[in-house]
Formats: sequence, structure tokens, C-alpha cells
Amino acid sequence: MKEQKRLTILCGHYGSGKTNVAVNLAYALKQQYERVTIADLDIVNPYFRTKDSSDDFAARGIGLICSEYANSNVDIPALPPEMYAVTDDTSLTVVLDIGGDDRGALALGRLAPKILEENDYAMLMVINRYRPLTPDAPSTYEVMQEIEQACGIRFTGLINNSNLGAETTAQHVLDSVAYAREVEALTGVPLVLTTVRQDLYAELEGKVPALFGLELQAKIGFSC
Amino acid sequence: MADKVLMKGNEAIAEAAILAGCRHYFGYPITPQTEIAAYMAKKMPKIGGCFLQAESEIAAINMVYGVSSTGKRVMTSSSSPGIALKSEGLSYLAGADLPAFIVNVQRGGPGLGGIQPSQSDYFQATRAGGHGDFRMIVLAPASVQEMADLTVKGFALADKYRMTAMVLADGTMGQMMEPVSLDFDIEPAPEKPWATTGTKLEREHNIVNSLFLAPEELEKFNFDRYERYKYIEENEAMYEEYLVDDADIVIAAFGIAARVSRSAVNEARKQGIKVGMIRPITLWPFPKAPFEKAAEHAKAFISVELSMGQMIEDVQLATKCKAPVTLCNRAGGMIPSPEQVLEAIKNAANGGAK
Repeated sequence: MKEQKRLTILCGHYGSGKTNVAVNLAYALKQQYERVTIADLDIVNPYFRTKDSSDDFAARGIGLICSEYANSNVDIPALPPEMYAVTDDTSLTVVLDIGGDDRGALALGRLAPKILEENDYAMLMVINRYRPLTPDAPSTYEVMQEIEQACGIRFTGLINNSNLGAETTAQHVLDSVAYAREVEALTGVPLVLTTVRQDLYAELEGKVPALFGLELQAKIGFSC
Repeated sequence: MADKVLMKGNEAIAEAAILAGCRHYFGYPITPQTEIAAYMAKKMPKIGGCFLQAESEIAAINMVYGVSSTGKRVMTSSSSPGIALKSEGLSYLAGADLPAFIVNVQRGGPGLGGIQPSQSDYFQATRAGGHGDFRMIVLAPASVQEMADLTVKGFALADKYRMTAMVLADGTMGQMMEPVSLDFDIEPAPEKPWATTGTKLEREHNIVNSLFLAPEELEKFNFDRYERYKYIEENEAMYEEYLVDDADIVIAAFGIAARVSRSAVNEARKQGIKVGMIRPITLWPFPKAPFEKAAEHAKAFISVELSMGQMIEDVQLATKCKAPVTLCNRAGGMIPSPEQVLEAIKNAANGGAK
């Protein structure tokens, strides 16, 4: 991404890989900025949260703003009071991990007026063509419009995170480039990153636009 | 569309149900299965189907009863406490010999419990789905692919035997994402001459009912139904065996517990311990045969469960007490680690199981 904004907001269809991208972007930003924080404003997903990596964040000196109820049995769409630091403390560099779809994006709407007023943000749509409800540009566009309507902020960039989980090959990523370009053409929102698992990076370097390698965030050891 | 798609387990169930010809979904939201309803809400209106969020779980299961009476493929889904609410309806479905497809994405209990994964509805699914004498076919997926496969299978079995087929998953299975192939050969639903589709004045009325005024008649229905159950027990049990042939120790585990156990089995084998696993895929009918066979050579069995020990009773019955069966478990929304299972294996290998 050319120009780093203070706020990097990640939205998308649920299961598109927002949380994983958010964690990895925060790691990268920490290389350049002193006060980096992840704000997990997911009010939808009960499992698989940024909180899974909280020890790792602490070790790397990355802040975490997250509902204290994430990963617990308190099944309510709670937001942490610290979320206001995202807009109030402008010394922070923040990656915002927003919940899936328009329902998740509603939470972002609460911060939208201040975000728009400050105008130092990138509003990024994470897309994955291997998700069954967003296999093509029109269906992806539909989700994007629903998210924009729910939160009141327009997208400024696309992140192509097309993957098939552990079975992702370089070919899967190459096959997704045309899809990402179609979304770009249909929406007028530019493709700013193509995110891939770190071990595919070398194979894809120079072959896909704006490549960015992800260290995967694994949850529990039953992968077989 | 690509060959494989990346899906949550809950989505895989929803999509597979649609592919299997289900156009009617009734439910009430509950974590951790809400994505099934969300997926249906998005998709059903686009394909001429019906998604209806009922006013309660009880209403939803009775809507299933209504649509099934007309011969259509229909489903509902919920999680543990919600399935308990549906249990009266499950009994009525059985009493009227109606096919239905039900999903339970289990969470920790009892009571309101919690939203984290559990397998503590094994008794509920295999023993006490509701009042009266009846059974449900219970299918236990251990991957997102199997969530889809067993959904397709469940609809077919339900129609074939005119009874409820339930997918018994857990929160992890519902929430985890894996690549899935949805390339199914779907057999068309069988003819349903009993369905209430309107007589057009060309035939006698069909009546779908679970009330019998004469006890002799009700008894006959029960005996006939149990003949069918006997046939199912003899013909429909499904399981997977993993390194069982030479095993001294055999693990019994289904669903997420089987995935954790497989890691532990692999590690134990590396350490020279002869251990294998039998993974029931149908919990009812319970696959007794492989356990009986394994009991000929195994010195100990370990039942690995996300409960206080429920399937262990079926393992004990199937092995006829020829070898000790111990429990390795977590409960209340916690998952056993591969290390915990490995410890249990080592303990059994050292003669710890009595």
C-alpha cells in the first residue's frame, strides 16, 4: 500500500480471513510504528478471535482492544469501552478487525463520524473467491454495498485473500487474480494487496499484484 | 465456480441440504449453529425455497412436521438446549413415521451451559430424543467435508426409513473452515404415496397422525417400527478404523475428539505403542461389529469424549467387558489435547487400565 493511513479498517464477508490479515498487517506495521494496536470490533463471531493471539501481541508490544467476553461463554454482541481510543488517541496506529458482513459492520458505524472527520483511514474489503457466497464479482459487490450501507464508510481498497485453507496452492492464488481484477473493475475500488501464506510467497513473487506474505494464525492442534 | 470451496462446517451443512433438494428450513437462532440459518436466509429466497425464522424452537420443529407431511424434504437445526425444546416434536415425527433432517451443533451443558464445543448430547441423541419408544439415525461428522457428505446421506436415510436423521456435530465442527467438494450425485427423493398432497378426488385421504385410539393398534405400530430399526442396525452402521488390526489399545472417538485422538495415535505409534482408533460415524446405529472384533486382541479401550462419559457405555456394551474401557475427557466446552490423549494411551500401555 502506497501511503500508510493511521487507521486500517478491515471488513469483508465472514470467513474471508479478515482476522488473520489484520494480525499480519499489525505485525508489519509494528516494524515502522511505535504504538500499534489491533481493535477487534467483531460482534458476530463467537469463536476464532484475535484474542487467540493475545500472548503473541503482548510479546511483540502490540496493543489489543477486544471485548473481554471474546472466546468466553458470554454470548452477547459486546464492544469494549476502550474502542473509543481508536478515534480519540491519534498517536495510535490501528488495525480494525470488523465482524463479517453488514451485521458485523454495524459496530463500525458507531465510530464512523469521527473516522470520516479525521479522514486518515484506509477502508479495505477482504475478498476470497473460494468462499461459496462470494465466488464472483457481482456477489462480492453485493456484500460490499451491504457493508458500506451498514457502517456509512466507503471502501478505498481491496485485499485479495483468496485461499482454500491448508490446501491453497500457488495456482489457486494465480487463478484468483482475474476475479480480483473483475471486482476492481465493477466497483471502482482499487486492489491494494494480494495476501498469501508465507510459504507460497517466493513462488508467486512478481506474478500477482502487491503480494504480501501471511504468517498463519493457528488455533488448536488437531489439524490432521 | 472452483472445484472446491472454503466453508465453515455450518455453511457446508446448509449448502449440502440445498443440493439434496431441501427447500424448507425452519429454525430459531442459537450459537454455535447460527450460520446455518444465516446461510439459508440468504440463499433460500434466491432459489424459490422457504426460510422461516420461527417464534421458537418448538414452533420450528412443528413446521418441520407439517412440511414433511406433504412429502417435501425439510430440516431444522439448533444447538443443545434448542434440541431439548424440539424433543416433543421429534417424538411426534417418529410417531407419525415422518422423515426429517435435524442438526445439533452441540455446546456445553447442562442448562444454558455455554457456547463452546461439546459432545454431551450423545445420550440425548442416541437414547432420549423425546418421549416414547423411538430411535433416530445419528450421524457424527469429523470434518467439514463430512458435514456436507452426511447431510446428503441424512436426507436419503430419513426418506428411506421414514424417520428422523440427525447430524450430531459440535461447535468446533460448525465453526471451523476447511476446503469442501460439493460434487454430489444426489439420488432423487423416493415416491411418498403416504404424503398429504391433496386427493384430487382420485384416492382415499392420506392421514398423518401419531394418535391411536386402540392400544392394540399402537402396539402393532411400535413392533413394526422396531423391526425397521433392527434392519437399520444390521445394515446402516458406519465407522472408520485407523491402525486397529494389530492394536493393543483401541481408542473410541467421534467428531472433533477423533481428530485430536488421531494426532495422539500417530505420536504414540512413533513411540512404539500399538494403538489404533475406531471412529463411529453413525452413533445410532452404533457400530458394534468392529468393537467386538477388536476386543479379540485389544488389551484396553479408551473412550475419548467431550463429555463426562456417554459413548463409553456403548463401547462397554459392544466389547462385552472383554477388556477394560477407560475415559479420557474434557467437559463444559473444553477440548482434550493430543497430549492428554497420549498420556491416557501411555497409561493404558503401562497396564493402568483395569
